[in-house]
Amino acid sequence: MSEQLVTIEIDGREVKAKAGAMLIDVADEAGIHIPRFCYHKKLSVSANCRMCLVEVEKVPRPLPACATPVNDGMKVKTQSPLAVTAQQGTMEFLLINHPLDCPICDQGGECELQDVAVGYGSDVCRYVEGKRVVADKNIGPLVATDLTRCIQCTRCVRFGAEIAGVRELGATGRGEHMQIGTYIEKSVDSELSGNIIDVCPVGSLTSKPFRFRARAWELVQRDAVAPHDSMGSNVHLHLRNGEIMRVVPKENEAVNECWLSDRDRYSYQGIYSEDRLTKPLVKKDGEWQEVDWKEALEAAANGLKAAAGGDGDQLAALVSPNSTQEEIWLAKKLLQGMGSDNIDYRLRQGDFRPGQPDRPWLGMAIAELEELDAVLIIGANPRQDQPLLGHRLRKAAMKGATITYINPLQLVLNYRSSQWVTTPAGMLEELAAVGKGLNLRRGIIAQTKAEDRHKALAASLKEAGKAAVLLGPMALAHPDASMIWGLADAVAESSGATLGLLPEAANSTGAGMICEAENNGKVRELLENPRKGYLLCNLEPSLDLHDPALAGKAFDKAEFVVALSAFRGDSLDAAADVQLPLATFGETSGTFVNAAGDWQSFAGAAKPLGEARPGWKILRVLGNVLEISGFDQDDCGQVLAEIEESLAGRKPENKVKVDVNEERWMPAEGMARIGDVPIYAADPLVRRASALQETVHHVEAAVRINAETAKGLGLEEGGQALVSQGDGQATLPVVIDETVPANCARVQSALAGTEKLGAAFGAVTLTKA
Amino acid sequence: MGFKSQPMTNVVETPDKGSLFTPEIRARIDKWIVKYPEGWQQSAVMPALRIVQEENGGWLTTELMDDVAAYLDMPAIAVYEVATFYSMYELKPVGRHKICVCTNVSCMINGSDGIRGHLEKKLGITFGQVTEDGKFSMKEVECLGACGGAPMMQIGKEYYENLTPDEVDRILDGLE
Repeated sequence: MSEQLVTIEIDGREVKAKAGAMLIDVADEAGIHIPRFCYHKKLSVSANCRMCLVEVEKVPRPLPACATPVNDGMKVKTQSPLAVTAQQGTMEFLLINHPLDCPICDQGGECELQDVAVGYGSDVCRYVEGKRVVADKNIGPLVATDLTRCIQCTRCVRFGAEIAGVRELGATGRGEHMQIGTYIEKSVDSELSGNIIDVCPVGSLTSKPFRFRARAWELVQRDAVAPHDSMGSNVHLHLRNGEIMRVVPKENEAVNECWLSDRDRYSYQGIYSEDRLTKPLVKKDGEWQEVDWKEALEAAANGLKAAAGGDGDQLAALVSPNSTQEEIWLAKKLLQGMGSDNIDYRLRQGDFRPGQPDRPWLGMAIAELEELDAVLIIGANPRQDQPLLGHRLRKAAMKGATITYINPLQLVLNYRSSQWVTTPAGMLEELAAVGKGLNLRRGIIAQTKAEDRHKALAASLKEAGKAAVLLGPMALAHPDASMIWGLADAVAESSGATLGLLPEAANSTGAGMICEAENNGKVRELLENPRKGYLLCNLEPSLDLHDPALAGKAFDKAEFVVALSAFRGDSLDAAADVQLPLATFGETSGTFVNAAGDWQSFAGAAKPLGEARPGWKILRVLGNVLEISGFDQDDCGQVLAEIEESLAGRKPENKVKVDVNEERWMPAEGMARIGDVPIYAADPLVRRASALQETVHHVEAAVRINAETAKGLGLEEGGQALVSQGDGQATLPVVIDETVPANCARVQSALAGTEKLGAAFGAVTLTKA
Repeated sequence: MGFKSQPMTNVVETPDKGSLFTPEIRARIDKWIVKYPEGWQQSAVMPALRIVQEENGGWLTTELMDDVAAYLDMPAIAVYEVATFYSMYELKPVGRHKICVCTNVSCMINGSDGIRGHLEKKLGITFGQVTEDGKFSMKEVECLGACGGAPMMQIGKEYYENLTPDEVDRILDGLE
């Protein structure tokens, strides 16, 4: 498309537009509405619904506005008799086969077909023959189909091909026999599959968990920010009687565009799960008892005070990076008031050696990801970790960016890339070899040999207009995370690439800014040298920590553990002495700072379940009970103002000062555990989202090894293996998985059955059980 | 940029194409692939399906369509779309001789209903069915472009025009 501007006239109004732009875009820009079904601004033009027909002067027939490029002097009429007749004709044809089931259709009230029919439909149907009926298909637990309603716009098919990057749905058959479906019985498994509900202009594809739960006009819409990955996707919550009925994307071109990942869309189901903690609990003589808030808060305050015994260092707080800025800030302030600096959020990190960035972040705006020309990604699976960041990277790849992954796993990606799959220890060698390719000589770089592929990557990073070196959650969980940071920094610096992190959680970046990691606690140290009192916020010890075995022991030893939690779970029941019911996603106000350092605040929308209360309020009152000064905020905004004042414009930064010659903690020999986090196990809320847990992405704890490794150990598919890590053991089923490199065992974290095991990444032994 | 302007090629190319089909079938498909620009091997999907169908007794199984998809590095659903769109691909078993009877306007005016009725009576099957011995199957088709010789039918690659019931008997009797 050229930058040349042309002047056209639409309905008598003069409009300036880029030459070659499509008429429908120009009209949208000018605020002139043209009806449409198949056109979608993010998808390719197919021009098959014919609803957007308009009259163009000097053209004898109506033209589809979505597929007509503008020319200088073009005169367009969208309301002329020719245009309106054409649109009405199209509407009549579209309605021939469309059932009149609006009263029982979930789309009723928010249906593009209904809306357009009001404007262009006739009140009488002239068609008297039989209507077409299409059998519904089961395409999985997330999306319900009612294919008789389909008007064959193919938006869902194009979404799969162009956005999700996997062609799962198709249009089979011809003419009246054309059907949307998978042809063979198959679920739609993309991590972005829920978006086909939004793009569907009729009620053909609707949300399965939301089905028949509410009518569109009964719902109240509130804004929020998604609570899982570090994207900070903007969402609308739809509530009825104070209960969240569904979550849909809120358009924000700079963040999530108009899309939403399935995790962000369906996790709301977790809010209403059966094991939701709705009343304060205090452990008395080993038994949990429901108490009122006053008693619980006093028990918490007295317990913490007694545990500290006047020595602040005996207290520590572990806060989930899914907590809001306000929660983390008040937790930090509470601890400081009791004389402790021991707060940390890096729950899935194992290596805390100095020199790693204090306040790591993406290093660029989210939209800049798609402008990259060369990207090196280490220890990450963005498609699972941050699905929409993955989508941005896919866009870069489709524009021709070269993307290289260094991972301990072969990923299933939806674009072409180079994947260098190696053992966790080998990841450092690969990265160092890229450094060697850039003629670096320091530390372990000097000992490696750069092969052609390393040199080629080094050159492409150097020569690219925009390049980035990005670390992911598997790099942070690596026993040599500091070395990875050091090497990545060296590569980025000498190639001119931007160094960045793909943070795992909604508020990882913000938590880093508050916790000032270097000066405060380090999770590993806080657990290795058990403190007497712990404050846990929004986490489950056996599932959300890098080393659950270590954590279990520390909490056993502790005199007193207070947990702020939205849910009950075995490991929390075992660890805690007081459990305070926490308001969760949608119920609390707060602020998340996303990967790109954008501060996004949101208000509470739903009524907290039972006696649950927003975290900032719980911590504020706990501060009052402990008689610590500075806990008199009346609302979340005051807490935020305090944070902003205190941080005084401090920005995240990826400043690395690591000598790349440090001791290697990941043994190069022997079996290595790969403990990545499954997409739908990442935090307490999503683990309880029932529909997501029914998808193919749900996994049970298992030992995944490749066939060769299995043969060497005498293990086979379906058998059981005894996994030993330190003094922790677990017996798990064996799954043969060729995406795992030799001598590695993929034993994923955050799954029931792995709680007795140690660090997510580290040495492990397998024997036949 | 849409999936029409660039090939929707699978991210991971099929590693072992030598295990798909026979060397002869592969050679026949390869002849078509080289007619298209590099990276556009999926443009050969129609001839590939035709060749595979021919070698499978005139019809396609889902497995064969999956193999075609794998051989051309394209998503299986895209092959299903093509195979279900065009009427010359058969997704159910057909007889050794597939009798395609045109029932479109010219043929209908010239008596295709009678031809159809005669065939049904003679073979004991109707459109979409196969005789028990697997020798014949009947299919209703749209205009085959032989209106000058209406009513007409196609069996295999042959056109038979100006049909009468007697003529039909003679033709069928002459088939193996």
